[in-house]
Amino acid sequence: MAADLTTRTLISPAQLRRGRGRILYWAVLVVVVAAFTLVFLGPLYWMVTGALKSGQEIAQTPPSLFPRDPQPQNYVDAWTNLALAKLLFNTFYYAMGAVLFQLVFDTAAAYALSKLRPVLGGLILGMMLATLMIPAMVLIVPQYVTVLDLPIVHVNLLDSPFAIWLPLVANAFNIFLLKRFFDSIPEDLMSAAVMDGASPLRTLWSIVLPMSRPILGVVAIFAVTAVWKDFLWPKLVMPSPETRTVSVGIYTFAGGTPMNVVIAASVIAAIPTVVLFLIFQRNIMSGLTTGGLKG
Amino acid sequence: MALTTAPGATRRPGRPAPPPRQLAARRAGLGRKVRDNLTGHTFLIGAVACFAVFSWYPMVRGVVMSFQRTRRGETTWVGWDNYVRIIADPSFWTAWKNTFVFTGLALVLGYAVPFFVAILLNELRHAKGYLRVLVYLPVMLPPASALFLFKFYAYDPSEAGLFNAVLTALGLPTSEWMQSPTMTMPAMVLASTWMNMGGAVLIYLAALQTIPGELYEAAEIDGAGVWRRIVHVTIPQTRLILALLAMLQIVATMQVFTEPLILANGAGTQDSATSVAYLIYQHGFFQNDLNGAAALGVIMLVVLAGFSAVYVRLTARQD
Repeated sequence: MAADLTTRTLISPAQLRRGRGRILYWAVLVVVVAAFTLVFLGPLYWMVTGALKSGQEIAQTPPSLFPRDPQPQNYVDAWTNLALAKLLFNTFYYAMGAVLFQLVFDTAAAYALSKLRPVLGGLILGMMLATLMIPAMVLIVPQYVTVLDLPIVHVNLLDSPFAIWLPLVANAFNIFLLKRFFDSIPEDLMSAAVMDGASPLRTLWSIVLPMSRPILGVVAIFAVTAVWKDFLWPKLVMPSPETRTVSVGIYTFAGGTPMNVVIAASVIAAIPTVVLFLIFQRNIMSGLTTGGLKG
Repeated sequence: MALTTAPGATRRPGRPAPPPRQLAARRAGLGRKVRDNLTGHTFLIGAVACFAVFSWYPMVRGVVMSFQRTRRGETTWVGWDNYVRIIADPSFWTAWKNTFVFTGLALVLGYAVPFFVAILLNELRHAKGYLRVLVYLPVMLPPASALFLFKFYAYDPSEAGLFNAVLTALGLPTSEWMQSPTMTMPAMVLASTWMNMGGAVLIYLAALQTIPGELYEAAEIDGAGVWRRIVHVTIPQTRLILALLAMLQIVATMQVFTEPLILANGAGTQDSATSVAYLIYQHGFFQNDLNGAAALGVIMLVVLAGFSAVYVRLTARQD
């Protein structure tokens, strides 16, 4: 994605470099940068500073651009009254488990489908990919009923983290992404290992996985964001105050809590994913576009 | 890009030559073959079990449930009763009308806007990384957080609200936003677009970068202006991605749930926000009518399958 001045796009580079084109280009650039900052960063600024205002200040007209008398107390109240530490810990715990379960089971499955190719592998892959066509909302009721009483073993997973972890393993997009990556690993690399008598597990561990670090990173990051952003499913299967995720917890308290405290809690809840994004933005964006383009 | 570090990672999935394991297996006879297959299935078992329990089985179970009724622990077959009851409910039609309005508005706003934003960003030679990060930032926020921001600050119906303050400053009339039945939908679409457009912009940008520059050059030599170059080069060259994202967006927006739940407390002013997904939630988890909710889910699946069929026919014909 390096800025390449010779790449031809809609408007010719020559035109952009000449007198009027040049001025127009810089004008557009300044307007775009300003507009994007206002549209995408502005609301976040409003959120962070709004939560610092007092109840009276937030209700005044016209609204103030900077909090006149900052009330960090709102953030403290959010942290203590909503038990945010517990909620954040829960969400973090579910996110880490989701990463682990997805990496272990989806990687193993994609490896089998790409390299070991057992009988009926094609059919299984087809049935997995078919689930991409089924909207989540359609499955929500039967999935919930299934979690209440798992078939055969008759276990109730309500309030158990497995109710979040296991359904996330059934992620056809991950299988597709990983399988396509494994498909691109040359066969001769693997056959050398097989000649040396390496077992499939050993080949996976010492040849395939080290080469697949970027894609594993993408899967892991997407698992974390999926858990952090999900709302309805954790709301249904983690109903107890002790097991709630942070989004559900804030939602539950929103009714009886002052507005600014709810917003302060929302800011705190958003910090982990925003930080994750700022650190891993390149991986996230490239994972998104490769998945989207070929999907 | 980080993803292409493995040799040939960008190659399209084809059918590579059979791996050496299989070749070896063919030589070594049946015992070896069975063992290799067993190994393969052992690697698959975890994911397959999860798909079976949480995806394939619920799919079947949802359809079965929609024809049953469970009362005091006793389940009986009731034929089409659940469907009849669901469809007779006036909120069924309100919910579908709202959902279609939401999907339609989101298509106008959330579909065209990202495409033109991507075209614009693709022309800029500076601040590329900054603008990409900005546009994708809202996607990373937990939807509940972002929606509380809209609910409490942006859509505050008094003049202290962010949007109303901006409107007042511009000398425009203010709005009651979520309290006004006519503004509910546009307000929900606006929030939803802000939260979600980043993904589409980045996917379009990647697609735009695959368009060969010679096409634009040739069009320019033929005297085509900027707009005609977009219509005759950019859009035809990206039409498959455009069609795919339209499809994905329709499927996603038809399931709109969190926006009505948080912004409009569910139904909204005069039922102006009730969506089909919200109705499923209501039936299933408030009215203790899991069977009715399952029937609604099946109806939704059929409608969305209809859209998918249209998509498949359209893209097949274009090729």
